[in-house]
Amino acid sequence: MNTPIASPAMTSAVSKGKIKSRWRRLFPTAADVFVLPYVLFLLAFGILPGLFALGLSFASFANGTPQYFAAGLQNYVTAFRDFRFGTAFVNVFQFLIISVPFGVIGVTAIALLLHVRTGWFSHAMRTIYFLPGAVAGPPVVLLTLFMCDPQVSPFRGLFSIFHMQQMIDVIQPDHLPLLFTLMGFFVGAGGWIAILYGGLQGISSDLLEAAKIDGANAWQTALLIKLPLIWRYVIYMFILTFAGNVQIFTEPQIVSANFSYIGISTISPTWSPNQLSYYFAFSLGNFGAAAALSLLMVAIGLIGATLIIRVTGFFSTDATAD
Amino acid sequence: MLRGTLSASSSWWTRPWYRRPVKASKTIGPVGTLVRFFALLLLGIFFGLPLVWLILAPTKTDVQLTQNFPLSVGSLAKIGEDWPNLLSFDNGVIVQWSINSVLYAVATLILALAVVLPAGYALATSRPKGRNIILSLTLVTMLLPISALVLPLFLEMNLVQLVNTPWSVILPTAFFPFGVYLAFIYYAVSLPKDLLAAARIDGANEWQLFWNIGLPLSRPLLGLLVFLNFTATWNNYFLPFVMLQDTSVYNLPVGLQALIAGTTALHPGTSTNIPIHRAELALAGVIMVLPVAIVFLFSQRFVTSGALTGSIKD
Repeated sequence: MNTPIASPAMTSAVSKGKIKSRWRRLFPTAADVFVLPYVLFLLAFGILPGLFALGLSFASFANGTPQYFAAGLQNYVTAFRDFRFGTAFVNVFQFLIISVPFGVIGVTAIALLLHVRTGWFSHAMRTIYFLPGAVAGPPVVLLTLFMCDPQVSPFRGLFSIFHMQQMIDVIQPDHLPLLFTLMGFFVGAGGWIAILYGGLQGISSDLLEAAKIDGANAWQTALLIKLPLIWRYVIYMFILTFAGNVQIFTEPQIVSANFSYIGISTISPTWSPNQLSYYFAFSLGNFGAAAALSLLMVAIGLIGATLIIRVTGFFSTDATAD
Repeated sequence: MLRGTLSASSSWWTRPWYRRPVKASKTIGPVGTLVRFFALLLLGIFFGLPLVWLILAPTKTDVQLTQNFPLSVGSLAKIGEDWPNLLSFDNGVIVQWSINSVLYAVATLILALAVVLPAGYALATSRPKGRNIILSLTLVTMLLPISALVLPLFLEMNLVQLVNTPWSVILPTAFFPFGVYLAFIYYAVSLPKDLLAAARIDGANEWQLFWNIGLPLSRPLLGLLVFLNFTATWNNYFLPFVMLQDTSVYNLPVGLQALIAGTTALHPGTSTNIPIHRAELALAGVIMVLPVAIVFLFSQRFVTSGALTGSIKD
């Protein structure tokens, strides 16, 4: 059936043949051993934290040490009835309603626009859009604070149109959803553009050639041919952006830490739900309520993950060895 | 479903970024061409200008930053003044943060690869026990936003008393389910099955197959895994912020936040003895961003390859 092909790799493999029997005696199958460390990691850092949080969410901490199942649903009531809970979700909702459409439509439009012509200019621009991915996390907040400072910003001309002269004119609670949207877009758009562009490159050139012969202009080709063919990518981006943005923490956390003492515009340290669970745990010492709230966030993430697998069909476990 | 096979020597994931499967369309017209050009250029300014500004900022004094043209270049000597000023913050703790960042990133990467590669290989080439459930859990956990598990992870690490140690950051980030999935797909599609079968007939065991055939043929996969894992670890903020309490164990992102909050550089007018101004903060930002920016410059092809959507193209 298969003709063995001699290769240097194999000759050395044969010479080590004696080790084989020892391995077999020690372990059930080699594949199990190969997978074992990962299974341990999967349990320890993928499954157990969720189960442990579930346990804590029903625990009472009245005596200082957790009494499991002693609290019933009390922690959930505490977390969900907290006066900050509603505000945090309203904030994140305002952020989502701007950031998700802005991101999804913006990225799709840019990818299609780039793909109209695939020369050096398109490639150079794609690289420039992609680079800010490197400033994810606190650096993008620092950079945004600089960019929002009308005194030093290269965009200072824009701010003067809106009569904004100082950073505190820009960093206002009302502006936060838009600011976080811009931060997210600045950092994340390039990566998604590259993913969508990859999808566009996968479209058969015969198809695009046929459209051209039939007289379709670039606009029609983009909207009627290319867009439907990369639709799964757009859905994937939509769900992952939604599920990821709900979890926003870094940006509001750093902005609020930096502006809480200014006095003019106080930005809440519990702006987003994840900040609120952090606050429950570390400022109020209420680990039960923190666990309850973080489980809600896990549930939202799980729904997103399941939707991606079901709806896009991108990720399958069907790839088999044979 | 994955169809088709690829020889591992073919250059999927590493093919030239500028490959042009479609010839330049002439269906856009001169006005359209101009509009497209300027739209893309404006976007280029939105994405590029802040980065250029950040790189130039450490060369300028506060006065130059506020009064000169935003893209003016100061002097390189100014960077030499910024650095000692930056070191004045908490006895030069930024050096420690940098060392920590490198240590955490390297340790996480080595651990992640050591776990991911054999697992992906075995899941693709054999049928280890519980294969289907392992793959299903991998899919779900890899698509779960990392932030969702930070608080639960803290509660767990607190229980085993690892909080405030490097392990509290290294271990959870070395859990890299996306990596396992990518390795699984890569090995399933690109390992020459005949070669594996032939080596088995010649008496090679699974470990030898993995070590002598699987690993040497994994170069494109390794590049992708290193890119994804390194950038995620280097920029990681939420998890270390929650896990690490002493400034001496911070990584750069958490340190940078402490630096922003602990100085008044962004609030001119408030007086302070700490000689950290905008230029010093910008320098700290550049120090943090530069390693990842270099990685990013050479890694776009991994993202365009389609690997992140689970597909493999020739």
